[in-house]
Amino acid sequence: MQASTKTPSGKSSHVSRQVERSRMRAVMNNIILHLHPTRVPASALRLTYTWGLGGLSALLTVILISTGILLMFRYDASVERAYASIQFLETQVMFGSLLRSVHHWAANLLLVTVFLHMLRVFFTGSYKKGRATNWLVGIALLLLVVSFNFTGYLLPWDQLAYWAVTVATSLLSYIPLIGNALTTFLLGGPEVGQATLRNFYAIHVAVLPALLLLTMSYHFWRIRKDGDISQPERDDKVLKLTTIPYLIQIELAAAALLITSILLWAMFVPAPLEEMANPAHPPNPAKAAWYFLGLQELLLHMHPLAAMMLPGLILLGVALIPFWDTRSEDIGIYFRSSTGKKIALSAAVLGVVLPIVLVVLDEYWVDFPGWLPGLPTIVSNGMIPLVLTMAGLGIIYWSFQKLFKGNRSESTLGLVTFLFISLITLTIIGIFFRGPNMALIWPW
Amino acid sequence: MTMSTINKALSSEAEISRRNFLKLGAGVLGGLALLELVGVGLMFLEPRSLEGEFGGVVNAGPVDSFPNGSITEFPAGRFFLIRAEDGGFLAIYRRCTHLGCSVSWKPEQNQFVCPCHGSHFDFYGDVENPPAPRALDTFAIHIEDGMVKVDTSRPQTREEFESSQFVYA
Repeated sequence: MQASTKTPSGKSSHVSRQVERSRMRAVMNNIILHLHPTRVPASALRLTYTWGLGGLSALLTVILISTGILLMFRYDASVERAYASIQFLETQVMFGSLLRSVHHWAANLLLVTVFLHMLRVFFTGSYKKGRATNWLVGIALLLLVVSFNFTGYLLPWDQLAYWAVTVATSLLSYIPLIGNALTTFLLGGPEVGQATLRNFYAIHVAVLPALLLLTMSYHFWRIRKDGDISQPERDDKVLKLTTIPYLIQIELAAAALLITSILLWAMFVPAPLEEMANPAHPPNPAKAAWYFLGLQELLLHMHPLAAMMLPGLILLGVALIPFWDTRSEDIGIYFRSSTGKKIALSAAVLGVVLPIVLVVLDEYWVDFPGWLPGLPTIVSNGMIPLVLTMAGLGIIYWSFQKLFKGNRSESTLGLVTFLFISLITLTIIGIFFRGPNMALIWPW
Repeated sequence: MTMSTINKALSSEAEISRRNFLKLGAGVLGGLALLELVGVGLMFLEPRSLEGEFGGVVNAGPVDSFPNGSITEFPAGRFFLIRAEDGGFLAIYRRCTHLGCSVSWKPEQNQFVCPCHGSHFDFYGDVENPPAPRALDTFAIHIEDGMVKVDTSRPQTREEFESSQFVYA
């Protein structure tokens, strides 16, 4: 650094330092302009359009990778030592508790930001006009993030870890034909044990990161390829601003705010660690991590195969949205139109009320296996509720078309809004309203 | 057959050019190599039971040490040994048939209870309260020299309890 202040001619030069600085800046700007276009529409810079959710998710990924690498140096993936190594980390290692806490909360927050990012893209119809591929890539990324969280929370080898993984892998064994083989393969044996911990560790720190980095790179590249951020169609000339500094300063501010918030939160709320895993005694109630409780709620109402098929079918439907709703006129407009807004609002209200009504009805009154004793439970408690639910979704879609005169885009908006809000409602029921033996309780 | 007919037969089938043949051959061989690699990977990752982990023959003890109508838990073997009123033995795997949680015996309710999703089972492992789809699994029992031996290597599935599942000394 010292040497660079002298020019070859030997005289100390103010100019050369400036030249060097501007070269460095050019390199930096070049990197930024690899990710971003040189100019962006002024209206796309409004925070209330994107809420910066994609960028925040990317930043969280960076935080997770860097804290994750540090944690790997201190973690021991063996049944005897895993829990002890986390305890050691929490109590003896300098900043160990903080780093684990940041990793934990960043992982939780990432699930929230990718989910909200997906909602934003959906509500603004940003999967339209050639963006179908990136919608699919986004869904793949969502599944990757969920897999990350699922494999990650086994690693501390506490009660939550052990039983959540036991329940989830038992669920897989209900898949016809391949279920048992798949479960045994994942577990590396008949029950959750040493082989499972090793498998999940390798998947969490090697397989998934490799897949995530590849898929994320493609996701980013595809945004540029598809013509950058979605915007409403308009005839007049769009005002464009240069990315540097207008977009970059917003991003830097958002990044600073996010990093500060996570650090503060992690300082005051340490990552939870339950009792060490005890294969003899599940905790009561045995709940999965909060973000799986909406899906776990389905298990209380349906045969496991149906409880897996329902979200599977819905996810498939969500993946196919861009191929069903191809109206490009309303791209970039939140909720499509004023009709769309009415439909989305009604769908949201329905998404709060209907799941609650159904959960309470099923808890106290509906009993298909009791009413149809001759049928196997896979039919009475599985296929019948599944078909009824799918038919109900069909009716909801149809009534948006009839009652609100919604076009295909607006009715799809309604149905999917209903599904998203229902998932949130079920998750809240699972978190707060399920007590011992998973019975409904009043939390206050 | 004359030379010419052989040549004719060959040429009629030999519409594939040498270049295409080599391409096809390389493709097939490459595919086979890939399959081999997948096979190697799968076999490498094959489920492994480690030494000393659950899954072997457990010597539960002498027949006489289990009174009729009793239930004894073997935490390491992960089963409950049941002796019915008529002296029949039944080894019940503690893994709930719904989603794999461990059931525990509640003497005051005379039931096995799964805390995860609220399934209940009776003394013989039969479902009393769903969501469990079938009775608790069992393990094979052999009585040798007056000792009860339970083979925990492979759980036996059953739809419901039948008295033929009892093993007598």
